[in-house]
Amino acid sequence: MTKTKNIQNTAKELYMDYSATTPTRQAVLDEALPFFVEKYGNPSSFHSTGLVAKRTLQDARERVAKILNCDEKEIVFTGSGTESINLALKGIAFKNMIKNKGLGKGTFITGKIEHPAVLETLEWLEKFGFNIIEIDVDMNGIINLKQLQNDIKKNQEEGLPVLLVSIMYANNEIGTIQPLKEISEICHKYGVPLHSDGCQGAEYLPLDVTKLGVDMLTLNGSKIYGFKGTGLLYKNKNVIIESLIHGGGHENNLRAGTENIAGIVAMAKALEIAEKEKKKETIRLKKLRNYMVKKIKKEIPKVIYNGSATKRLPNNVNFSFEGIEGESILLRLNEAGIRVSTGSACASQSLDPSHVLLAIGLPHGLAHGSIRFTFGKDTTKQKIDYTIRELKSSIKFLRTISPEWNKQKSWRKR
Amino acid sequence: MKVEGNDWFYTKEVKEHFMNPKNFLKEEKEIKEFNGYGKVGNMKCGDVMEIWLLIEKNKIKDVRWRTFGCASAIASTSAMSEMVKGMSIHNALKLTASDIMDKLKGLPAIKVHCSVLGDEALREAIKDYESNNN
Repeated sequence: MTKTKNIQNTAKELYMDYSATTPTRQAVLDEALPFFVEKYGNPSSFHSTGLVAKRTLQDARERVAKILNCDEKEIVFTGSGTESINLALKGIAFKNMIKNKGLGKGTFITGKIEHPAVLETLEWLEKFGFNIIEIDVDMNGIINLKQLQNDIKKNQEEGLPVLLVSIMYANNEIGTIQPLKEISEICHKYGVPLHSDGCQGAEYLPLDVTKLGVDMLTLNGSKIYGFKGTGLLYKNKNVIIESLIHGGGHENNLRAGTENIAGIVAMAKALEIAEKEKKKETIRLKKLRNYMVKKIKKEIPKVIYNGSATKRLPNNVNFSFEGIEGESILLRLNEAGIRVSTGSACASQSLDPSHVLLAIGLPHGLAHGSIRFTFGKDTTKQKIDYTIRELKSSIKFLRTISPEWNKQKSWRKR
Repeated sequence: MKVEGNDWFYTKEVKEHFMNPKNFLKEEKEIKEFNGYGKVGNMKCGDVMEIWLLIEKNKIKDVRWRTFGCASAIASTSAMSEMVKGMSIHNALKLTASDIMDKLKGLPAIKVHCSVLGDEALREAIKDYESNNN
């Protein structure tokens, strides 16, 4: 097996942004490397070189199916989590449009704090005539189940079929874990299939699709120490969707294009390691998370812990800091080598702060002042202590020069 | 543990003004020494600036500021504060957002609205001074 030098997490950076992406695990890279230079075959070729690739693909598919507890034919390998989501949503939509001579007839239901991959895809599908409903979340980010049930019922009573419900497994910004089982029971009561974006949950949460009750599940490689540019869609055989990419019978006619063997092998390996370490790593990170939350609350005045205290990914910490703006905090931490992300509009291409933080009821100012820390395999207590020290001094300084902070101080004096 | 930083999204000039801003208001009690005050921006778009000027004989003798906002907002206020010190009111009123941008050697397009606030706040403060002294 080819050996490569381990270049992960050099001393120059302290990475606290594992929900953005993860480094590739050494063991994952090692297993995938031979499929670039040595075993480069095309699975569709009718010769020995192709056969090696075909068997590798088959093997990877079986390994993934075992973890998801599904049939191997129910796995579609794609090029990203975003692509899997597009395939699930548009796949259902196109099926419906073919039936209705090009027009979209029916409703898609999703949540207010979904990833843009879901929200923007559905927004686009609206143009074809589909009806889109976004369900509210409570202050913890949990979907309103009653509203979900009522909306399904109401649409069906009005003769509008609900084509799909898409609710994420765990939220990328605040780490809130949705009660997928309860959601699926509501959906199935009315015969509606459920898709879930599981990208953020894959490293830490159970992935048995039968127990979760999902009919489609999106996963990707770049959040689980696999490769960027890899993803998969689990699709129950009873759910019928159209392909988005044509030109060959690859992936059970659902995704044409020569298969990314190295990436698929990496995905299988990454999922296997995640599965093996899930339990232990969840306990370790939960401890670190609770430690950090407690310490920030104790040592920094006027902070808001965003999201749920308990129904939360073990690696997610999200705080808003009153009176200051997130991009400034992020860049000052960056100067100290610490990599985090923010819900502030200033660090994005839009003028509005995070739709997730607004949906859980944060006012604009506090949404602009949010920082997300996400942990991973190399996060330690020592790194968290260093982060908190730097965070404290950044916040103190930015509050000194903030009109908002000083205004709040004088309010309090009165 | 020692961790070093590297790489940056803005120019060197923005970084210097953001990491080591000049002329910001350190303490509330400094305010009484100033005779012109301006505030612009709002929390919804995420940028708020406050500026205090000390104007004598139509010249800006001193300036203090506070800014809520991203790095480019903080840097552009700091840069502007250095530019207007010693400037006549007449010239200060002519200061534009692009003058501040030039001083910072440029800002990403999406960030330009931040530096626009700097010159607006300045005009507000001069207006405030003039209405108090006419």
